[in-house]
Amino acid sequence: MNRTKGDEEEYWNSSKFKAFTFDDEDDELSQLKESKRAVNSLRDFVDDDDDDDLERVSWGGEPVGSISWSIKETAGTSVSNHEGREQLKSRNSFSSYAPLPKPTSTYSLSSFFRGRTRPGSFQSLSDALSDTPAKSYAPELGRPKGEYRDYSNDWSPSDTVRRLRKGKVCSLERFRSLQDKLQLLEEAVSMHDGNVITAVLIFLKRTLSKEILFRELEVRQVALRHLIHFLKEIGDQKLLLDLFRFLDRTEELALSHYREHLNIQDPEKRKEFLKTCIGLPFSAEDSAHIQDHYTLLERQIIIEANDRHLEAAGQTEMFRKHPRKASILNMPLVTTLFYSCFYHYTEAEGTFSSPVNLKKTFKIPDKQYVLTALAARAKLRAWHDVDALFTTKNWLGYTKKRAPIGFHRVVEILHKNSAPVQSSVFYGSENDKSEVPLPTDITGVCQSGGRCGHKVELSHQVQVP
Amino acid sequence: MAFPHRPDAPELPDFSMLKRLARDQLIYLLEQLPGKKDLFIEADLMSPLDRIANVSILKQHEVDKLYKVESKPAVSSSEQLCFLVRPRIKNMRYIANLVNADKLAGRTRKYKVIFSPQKFYACEMVLEEEGIYGDVSCDEWAFSLLPLDVDLLSMELPEFFRDYFLEGDQRWINTVAQALHLLSTLYGPFPNCYGIGRCAKMSYELWRKLEDEEDGETKGRRPEIGHIFLLDRDMDFVTALCSQVVYEGLVDDTFRIKCGSVDFGPEVTSSDKSLKVLLNAEDKNGRALLLCCRYTGEAGRRKLQFCVRRRGMDIKQMKNFVSQELKGLKQEHRLLSLHIGACESIMKKKTKQDFQELIKTEHALLEGFNIRESTSYIEEHIDRQVSPIESLRLMCLLSITENGLIPKDYRSLKTQYLQSYGPEHLLTFSNLRRAGLLTEQAPGDTLTAVESKVSKLVTDKAAGKITDAFSSLAKRSNFRAISKKLNLIPRVDGEYDLKVPRDMAYVFSGAYVPLSCRIIEQVLERRSWQGLDEVVRLLNCSELAFTDMTREDKASSESLRLILVVFLGGCTFSEISALRFLGREKGYRFIFLTTAVTNSARLMEAMSEVKA
Repeated sequence: MNRTKGDEEEYWNSSKFKAFTFDDEDDELSQLKESKRAVNSLRDFVDDDDDDDLERVSWGGEPVGSISWSIKETAGTSVSNHEGREQLKSRNSFSSYAPLPKPTSTYSLSSFFRGRTRPGSFQSLSDALSDTPAKSYAPELGRPKGEYRDYSNDWSPSDTVRRLRKGKVCSLERFRSLQDKLQLLEEAVSMHDGNVITAVLIFLKRTLSKEILFRELEVRQVALRHLIHFLKEIGDQKLLLDLFRFLDRTEELALSHYREHLNIQDPEKRKEFLKTCIGLPFSAEDSAHIQDHYTLLERQIIIEANDRHLEAAGQTEMFRKHPRKASILNMPLVTTLFYSCFYHYTEAEGTFSSPVNLKKTFKIPDKQYVLTALAARAKLRAWHDVDALFTTKNWLGYTKKRAPIGFHRVVEILHKNSAPVQSSVFYGSENDKSEVPLPTDITGVCQSGGRCGHKVELSHQVQVP
Repeated sequence: MAFPHRPDAPELPDFSMLKRLARDQLIYLLEQLPGKKDLFIEADLMSPLDRIANVSILKQHEVDKLYKVESKPAVSSSEQLCFLVRPRIKNMRYIANLVNADKLAGRTRKYKVIFSPQKFYACEMVLEEEGIYGDVSCDEWAFSLLPLDVDLLSMELPEFFRDYFLEGDQRWINTVAQALHLLSTLYGPFPNCYGIGRCAKMSYELWRKLEDEEDGETKGRRPEIGHIFLLDRDMDFVTALCSQVVYEGLVDDTFRIKCGSVDFGPEVTSSDKSLKVLLNAEDKNGRALLLCCRYTGEAGRRKLQFCVRRRGMDIKQMKNFVSQELKGLKQEHRLLSLHIGACESIMKKKTKQDFQELIKTEHALLEGFNIRESTSYIEEHIDRQVSPIESLRLMCLLSITENGLIPKDYRSLKTQYLQSYGPEHLLTFSNLRRAGLLTEQAPGDTLTAVESKVSKLVTDKAAGKITDAFSSLAKRSNFRAISKKLNLIPRVDGEYDLKVPRDMAYVFSGAYVPLSCRIIEQVLERRSWQGLDEVVRLLNCSELAFTDMTREDKASSESLRLILVVFLGGCTFSEISALRFLGREKGYRFIFLTTAVTNSARLMEAMSEVKA
């Protein structure tokens, strides 16, 4: 293990920079295998008893004695708890940390944290006013009460802000005139400490009418941002919306209202809520998205009710053969389209659940539609449908093969679903022209996987789009 | 040491002191509540806490049971409850519910809340509103610097990114200033300071204020660290958005490194349990970890030889060998097989998702050619419902490199994204726009004087068309200009030999020098921003780039080659690797202080409104 410096150099240079470029995957993988073999062969001299692990690891994968491990222990049954704890104790006795000597009084440790010791006697007033803090790594609580002596009711804005910054007790009540309040706010902003800015804002929010507060913040952007974030965090939605209204930030107002739908679980209620969002002042583009969101959920509720009924009745072959894995509610549009291509492919355009209806209602682009339909039909091994997807008739009545997506993608999807070799070969020939190499093992997979005897006979009329 | 540093490279300061300090502080705080107590810990604090203390230490200080702060109420029978939490509103509500339930049941207990790294007034306000202010005592545990590696300090504050860069909340600036203050107290003042970005400037100013207020603390100390460089994450989103190809970066992108350690699942360990492994660039076993699989065969062979040669030892030596060396070997052996497992798993994943094509697209975006092709690649990504985060990342990369998307593309990509991943992502898009990560080129934005003159000569309708034509032509975005100015895309004659890295671009297979690292390199070379005015202007930071070199007198030449780089908003493993490389080239050593280690997925998730 004593590598020489030169070795080290080679070690790093030869490894780190190259191996992950993936420009020679096969090569890398084979080397990897070789490495694995080499390392495994080391087992000959490294015997394999497990009690000498890298790190003690519990069943959950956490190192034994780690804090996360222990918390899981607490969460576990109380019966085994005691035993576990005993075990833990014994294991932890190997801990590398030496037990710290317990201080005889609380004072000893606190003075240990302090960079500078202070005389226990009285401080002079000037000393207190200059407010030189002891270098304190420990919190304020450890301090004797005498140190709060420097508390005064008459701090200037800058003194007040400094005290706030240090987390000290400080009353803001004496800032009563608007001018004082604003001065205090400006001082806080000039110190850049967001915590203090928020503290002052909490005070201003309490002691100023919201019109005045909003008016003053409109010209103080930094403070305004802090107030908005604060309101978001504490969930004061009403005041937040008032603020946006006052500032005439209509889009933020609309989005902020729309955000609330995430907290509504019940689909009907969520739908009703989304309906209230439709008229809000979104940008023209977003308005359409909101409308679509509403329509989508509305459709999903109808489809879900219908299909759940069908599935429960057990009459429909489709649902018996391929039971639904999850509810379609609140799924994205593309997932819904996939679902509808899977279960409702042949339905007439008039029904809500038909793919064509979805395509028209939501103006789904051809490309997206074909990709999704292809994936769904290929999954069902409905090769007729797959073929039909790419067949178009021109005005002379000739049929042609066209796809709005790259044929290499088509092949990839077919390949994943083990399409019959004939159809793959057909698409494969297309593929050659588009200069994308086929996955090398595709033919093999297709031959073994293809059971369907469907043939594609249109190869002589093929035209590459 | 794992890295072949130049012989004259300076020694790193010992940061383990920070761990001891944090541990002692925690013990002190626990002792403030004498007697048996149950400890409630916030999930996000568990991993950092694990790095500095363990259960036995807590037990020694009379912690009885440990609970996780989570949504469901906990049943604890202890008379004293202690909460160790981040200062968050939802934690306050959790505590308030617990305390108020006790009150209703007529039960009195002692409660203590320890905020880490500091408490916020907003939290106290919630305690007050809930009527439990005074019932609970509050403390602060100023644990803000966790050494994850010998040269890497993390504040473990991933929320910094969203809070500041999206919401504009400056609450963590004080925490940063305090952390810098602590470092300067422990390791001496920093004679040379540089920075760029609004947050960098504010943190610097607040820190300086702290130093002035507590004058005398650092005076007279010899500086150990010669330079400090503060950098805002929004100076360089591009680097953070790229797929990582250095090993730690890959592991982070694939398995998520959490607090310096990674959980390898069953697919890697090739057993039914997962294993937690500490990643550490310079620790002895860690060294083996960070090697690529290519080399492991060789290493194994060498070790075998080593063992064979040892045949001629006496009993005592043999005993020693077995107990010491073999144990180490065994550990290394296990780690190696683990990491080979990890590599295999990464390779499998990357091959499945056309990693090569992805990288090709990214490189095209960085270099600014084949934009149409890249756009349709992204489109296809979205249509096929490949991971939402990945699609978002690519869109952001396109937007930043192109100075915003063409309105037509923006609209169409957004629509398809909402259709593929859910309409509620409307909120995510609004966030991304606010943070400047994904924007739309404003019409006329790209019009130059000539263009507008041309458009004056024709009718309005035609002018619109001309504008369209120009905006698709005008690719002189800031990133492009900066990239040219700083030569971020190295011209490579032939293949870039990754075995012999020439520049920092090696972290992106030779295709791109991380912008953040290039800025740091340039400024360090000049010891100022001089000559970089144009770059600074392009970064929109004319007033936000600063230099301060007041106390150079006492710095030793060794300390002047130690550089503390502060990433506000997170840094990636790629950037760390790039700067480590630069350090080796120039004889510097870099120390990294980051608000959190980040990657593209974390950035995107921080912007997402939709919880997975």
